[in-house]
Amino acid sequence: MPPFALLAVLLAFSAAAYHLGRRRAFALAGAGGRAQRLHSRPNYHGALVALWCGLPAILLFALWLAFESQVITRIVVEGLPEPQRSLPGDRLSLIVNDIRNVAGGRFEEAAADPAVREAAATYRRLLGLSRQALAVVTLSLAAAMALLVRRRLRPALRARNHVEGILTAMLVACSTIAVFTTVGIVLSVVYEAILFFRIIPVGEFLFGLSWSPQMAIRADQVGASGAFGAVPVFLGTALISAIAMAVAVPIGLMSAIYLSEYAGKPFRAVAKPLIEILAGIPTVVYGFFAALTVAPFVRDVGGLLGLDVASESALAAGVVMGIMIIPFVCSLSDDFINAVPQSLRDGAYSLGATRSETVRRVVVPAALPGIMGGILLAVSRAIGETMIVVMAAGLAANLTVNPLKAVTTVTVQIVTLLIGDQEFDSPKTLAAFALGLVLFVVTLCLNVIALYIVRRYREQYE
Amino acid sequence: MSKTQGHPRAGGTPENGRTIAVVRASLPRRYRSERRFRLLGLAAVVLSLGFLALMFASLIVNGVSAFRQTEIRLPVHFDPEVLHAEALAQADYGQLIRAALGRLFPDVEGRRERRELAALVSSAAVYDLRDLVMRDPGVIGQTREVWLKAGADIDMAVKGHFRRDLPEAERRVSDRQFAWLDRLAAEGRLEKRFNRTFFTAGDSREPEQAGIWGAVSGSFFTLAVTLMLSFPIGVAAAVYLEEFARKGRITDLIEVNINNLAAVPSIVFGLLGLAVFLNFLHLPRSAPLVGGLVLTLMTLPTIIIAGRSALKSVPPSIREAALGVGASRMQTVLHHVLPLALPGMLTGTIIGMARALGESAPLLMIGMVAFIVEIPKSFTDPATVLPVQIYLWADSPERAFVERTSAAILVLLAFLVVMNAGAIWLRKRFERRW
Repeated sequence: MPPFALLAVLLAFSAAAYHLGRRRAFALAGAGGRAQRLHSRPNYHGALVALWCGLPAILLFALWLAFESQVITRIVVEGLPEPQRSLPGDRLSLIVNDIRNVAGGRFEEAAADPAVREAAATYRRLLGLSRQALAVVTLSLAAAMALLVRRRLRPALRARNHVEGILTAMLVACSTIAVFTTVGIVLSVVYEAILFFRIIPVGEFLFGLSWSPQMAIRADQVGASGAFGAVPVFLGTALISAIAMAVAVPIGLMSAIYLSEYAGKPFRAVAKPLIEILAGIPTVVYGFFAALTVAPFVRDVGGLLGLDVASESALAAGVVMGIMIIPFVCSLSDDFINAVPQSLRDGAYSLGATRSETVRRVVVPAALPGIMGGILLAVSRAIGETMIVVMAAGLAANLTVNPLKAVTTVTVQIVTLLIGDQEFDSPKTLAAFALGLVLFVVTLCLNVIALYIVRRYREQYE
Repeated sequence: MSKTQGHPRAGGTPENGRTIAVVRASLPRRYRSERRFRLLGLAAVVLSLGFLALMFASLIVNGVSAFRQTEIRLPVHFDPEVLHAEALAQADYGQLIRAALGRLFPDVEGRRERRELAALVSSAAVYDLRDLVMRDPGVIGQTREVWLKAGADIDMAVKGHFRRDLPEAERRVSDRQFAWLDRLAAEGRLEKRFNRTFFTAGDSREPEQAGIWGAVSGSFFTLAVTLMLSFPIGVAAAVYLEEFARKGRITDLIEVNINNLAAVPSIVFGLLGLAVFLNFLHLPRSAPLVGGLVLTLMTLPTIIIAGRSALKSVPPSIREAALGVGASRMQTVLHHVLPLALPGMLTGTIIGMARALGESAPLLMIGMVAFIVEIPKSFTDPATVLPVQIYLWADSPERAFVERTSAAILVLLAFLVVMNAGAIWLRKRFERRW
């Protein structure tokens, strides 16, 4: 039985259990519907049976599926002939991949070598066995639990309190998923990064000036070792982000000022949602726009001025990224400008200040902490933005701050290092995780500082 | 301060008069700077809207033509010599097309010319002919007028993307081909017809054979997983944090976590998915299931934050009334608070889903970027999603793919508009002022 069908059957079991429990409760209450004899209403009896029927079985189902593949792989590897079994870790994992692919029908069977084919047959047989066992075990568990709980229903049973207790536990579990996600990110990224730093020292990674992560296939090839000095990558990220902020901050801030201080209601009602549309456009669209329209335009203009502009210039990617961030800066600044109390403006007007003087000397300084927080959030977004730079920025890591040259960024490198099939323990793929770690730490710091500033600022005027 | 107060106010009216004179003198300059500032603000707004307009204009100009595909009407003779009843699927349909072209242009001779002539019709047209014959074997032996797709370069030429005045060597369509096209057009055998393939086919290396249906199905399965997981979990988390959790260390920790996760770059979630779901749990690569899981983790913070603000907007009097008539806290929440907050939560969920629909970076990490022709049929089939398909096509050098990329973007944006409009409608319909 395919897992999804099994899940559906389990849910159906659970629904049946609800009716079973409810009918039992009515029977306990006695004829004439004297539900007063029960501590809890019959629905709660039903829900209790349903929960006990469904939850353990579904938990088992999820755990089983999560670890099934690992267990089966272990068994299959044990069964491999001696020469393959004693291979080093990375070669072995390649073979395991082959076995899985053959078993999943993604490879031509005939092309594989006989040991792999045999192992794949074992794999497939074990998988089938496991699925059958899963169906039998979960369904009987569900049925057994339902019957067990149904037998224990009594008029005095505090079914409602039990059900509510289970529900509360489920709510708690759901709300801790965010924490587990963070832990998962940290663990997975840090673990792989540590593996990387065992091969390449941290110092060399953080301060090295040359980045060319291609590993040679043969040891005697030119550039066999690969270079993992990430400074050019960091510099490229900083350059593109700086260009983006140079576009987004003035335009976003001035738009926010105009919309909140000058624009009439009708204009604001039209313009604000339109600007926010910019925020809803997928980044891949910006990337396409950058590569198709902006980059050739920048190159042509540069050509007219007699400048030598790379076709994947940092300028094009940065400007488009800036456009993407405009609405972000605009709506945050707008919030903070609106939060400045009207009394401050009235005070300035009464001293004879013009509107622009009020804005420049009173409103913006008063809103500055919030705006700074917003800009920091925007910077963190620019650093982490992926698709625009993947499509419009370069791959080669040039150590330059010339916006007309092609540079590469952290996210571009992560994507290029990890796309496609890769072995998992070459420094090349591990480098992506080290870059990911840097990206995560930097954006996390920016976010924490920004959120702290913003919160402090909000409290100031509340 | 005290010093100024200590001084007697210097003079009286004459000084005042001078101050006013100074102010008056500076007024033109101040008004000018006021106007400048105001114009600057307006310019900023106009500039951002201009970018928006420019982007849409370039997409529409580039993309709309992809919804129509050039087709050529050919008198195809379904030759029984070629089509043997027992091997219809393997027959040489290209020969039928070449024969039909030869009948239209009997004066074409020489291998190069013949090859150029054959290139008028897409190399994928044979599949359409095969399908036609398989569907209706009765056509064998007859001659029928059939509309066949033109090749990608011919299509581009007909749509005017290749300029005729370039030297012949620099364009992909030769003078002879242009002449043939003109004759076909004059005979009414050349037409731009609605491009069904674009909406029904999967990916392909041939632009005229490539469609978005595979990517749309992939997006559907991925979003289905995301919705099924993130909505219940997000609502549950929001309810717990807003209605049950006691303020304390752990609640604070969870809150800070959620706020930070909302700002973590999406590609980091991709790294998590790669390390945990693919390398640790060995879930299948490129599968919508894994994509959905990653997007769930990514959209959860959005949904939780939206859900909490929806719960906050339900007035406490509702809770107090329910508790007052003896409902338990769980009953209060489930029977009274949650139904009132649900529209707001749904709005937040739709917005989160719209964002997930447009997301591509984390999906690149988990292999949803492969070239996949088959249309995915389940949660574990290899698939790609619409934004990733756009990314893949944007990388293709052919001119015809530029057009299709823009068209795919238009379709993606149409989905997003519908989703966001739905969210706005929901908000308007159920918005309540307490």
